[in-house]
Amino acid sequence: MFGGIDPALLIAALMVASVPIILAAIGELIVERAGVLNLGVEGMMIMGAVCGFIMAVQTGSAVMGFVGGALGGAALSLIFALLTQVLLANQVASGLALTLFGLGLSSLIGQNFVGIRPPATGAVPLGPLADIPFFGRVLFSHDWVVYFSIAVVAVTWWVLKATRMGLILRAVGESHDAAHALGYKVRKIRVLAIMFGGAMAGMGGAYVSLVRVPQWTDGITAGAGWIALAIVVFASWRPWRALVGAYLFGGITVLQLNLQAAGARIPVEYLSMSPYLITILVLVIMSSGKGKAALNAPASLGQNFHASR
Amino acid sequence: MKRTTLLATAALGLGMAFGGAASAQGMDKVKACFVYVGPIGDLGWTYQHHQGALEVVETYGDKVEIAFQENVPEGADAERVLTQMALSGCNIIFTTSFGYMDPTNTVAAKFPDIKFEHSTGYKREHPNVSTYNARFYEGRAIQGHIAGKMTKTNKIGYIGSFPIPEVVMGINSYYLHAKKVNPDVQLSVVWAFTWFDPAKEADAAKALIDQGVDVIAAHTDSTAPLAEAAKTNGAVIGFGQASDMADFKPSPRVSSIIDNWAPYYVKRVGQLLDGTYEQVDSWAGIPEGEVEIGEITDAVPAEVKAEAEAMRDAIEAGTYHPFTGPINKQDGSVWLADGDVASDGDLLGMTFFIEGITGDIPQ
Repeated sequence: MFGGIDPALLIAALMVASVPIILAAIGELIVERAGVLNLGVEGMMIMGAVCGFIMAVQTGSAVMGFVGGALGGAALSLIFALLTQVLLANQVASGLALTLFGLGLSSLIGQNFVGIRPPATGAVPLGPLADIPFFGRVLFSHDWVVYFSIAVVAVTWWVLKATRMGLILRAVGESHDAAHALGYKVRKIRVLAIMFGGAMAGMGGAYVSLVRVPQWTDGITAGAGWIALAIVVFASWRPWRALVGAYLFGGITVLQLNLQAAGARIPVEYLSMSPYLITILVLVIMSSGKGKAALNAPASLGQNFHASR
Repeated sequence: MKRTTLLATAALGLGMAFGGAASAQGMDKVKACFVYVGPIGDLGWTYQHHQGALEVVETYGDKVEIAFQENVPEGADAERVLTQMALSGCNIIFTTSFGYMDPTNTVAAKFPDIKFEHSTGYKREHPNVSTYNARFYEGRAIQGHIAGKMTKTNKIGYIGSFPIPEVVMGINSYYLHAKKVNPDVQLSVVWAFTWFDPAKEADAAKALIDQGVDVIAAHTDSTAPLAEAAKTNGAVIGFGQASDMADFKPSPRVSSIIDNWAPYYVKRVGQLLDGTYEQVDSWAGIPEGEVEIGEITDAVPAEVKAEAEAMRDAIEAGTYHPFTGPINKQDGSVWLADGDVASDGDLLGMTFFIEGITGDIPQ
């Protein structure tokens, strides 16, 4: 106990609070590594939130809800893919439009689902492991999506680092002309990356509407997509750093609320701004020096590709 | 000839001026517009305002037309929305959140012929600005009583939105009445700094629960705190806020404060139609039916329920005021002497906690 706050409960809470941001950030990380800047994360998240919610309510299965969320996010991202990869529209403008469109469309689709409770997503039964003091509470008493989000980070890291697929993806993001000259289908790879990003953002959104706030209301993601976008940049496009960034942000958000509830004598204004402030500070420090975040940005990020030769 | 035309024009102008005055006595058709801080689907604050708006249409049928905009940010952006509404032919504009106070007055200065009604504020800088509010603290007193009786950990929680008098008043009333029936009770306040952000509201509720709080009242607009309490299988209870939130009956939602704006909206639009409209500063509560106490469920023991209902009836009859002395301020100085009741002015400017609440109000 530190000042009345139980660290085990705090860590457990921050792991749950960070899941939507991690999923969305990992999706966006892959998209950006392929050289595409999709600012529509918020829109795809909220589409995932509403589609996942509807699917879960209709089928009575929370797992199907997450599948629905992924499909909803991916479907919306296809609009972005069409605009930027086929019609070669400006990526920044298309992404922003996608967010606005997603917010409106989700509100329309969700009209009849306000005030309904979705099927519950329970903790994974890990038996005796959950009874281990401290670690049981921190590590072994979560729902499956928490473990899934960490697994996604690990797999993404491995794919990017050690597989041919990851190499091709990075090549497309670093120099689409060179990748094209080598015979890789730049457009196809980017569309697939965008769909993966949409699916992950959609799952993140579904986690908000199915687990964190088990209900549907308009605007339920409330800006989480923008945080995910920021975390990708500050993580200098590296999966594990994205996880650290998301835990840091989620952790301090949860901590500041706990400090308030525990009656810490710190002015609330400082507590409220601390998640943003500390996340920026730590990640700036992390990405300065040898890491050199700026050099890490995919060289073709945000540039449209047109096979003219 | 020219002179005649001039005279005729002058006469016409004069006639129109008088004619204009005459038409101010009543209107054939009113366009009522509403500015909402959240989505109608929040099932709380904004939902209830919209129910009131729909009631206006129900009552007057073809004689009124309504328009509304959801999710309008508080602050400068609201001015743009208000100006747009004023230009689009609204006769009366209801702005339904505290943060619209200054924008409402600014825009009202530019459109003296349009009536502006600001909810929960106190500034009426122009003759065409009225304010209206509900005495939520009356409902908070009843919730505090239930909280004090029901808590097993002696820790009760309150999720505050912004540190404004309306919210501070509710916190004080809630704590005062919990303390009255349970001297050991401790109150934890968490400021969310938002009216509507379900994920953050859920996190705030979770933080309170992790701290051992088992009765949570929320002054934010969504049902997320109740949804979070529902995950504890009955260990934690809470209250419906602004709307009944009946989906969470019988537990965690054991009672609720229902804002019933419909009578006020119907009355004001009606006055505009029949020409009796005047600037007002309206503050109605349980007696007028503007604040309603939602059904107290069976999760509450019968005797506690009876006491809570007795308090409600006493407030309704006007025999009990929730802020009746002796009450000290947080620093121990006397606020109300024995038997004194708080004046409305004191309540509307309330920026202090009462004795026993720990923590500071953010400035």
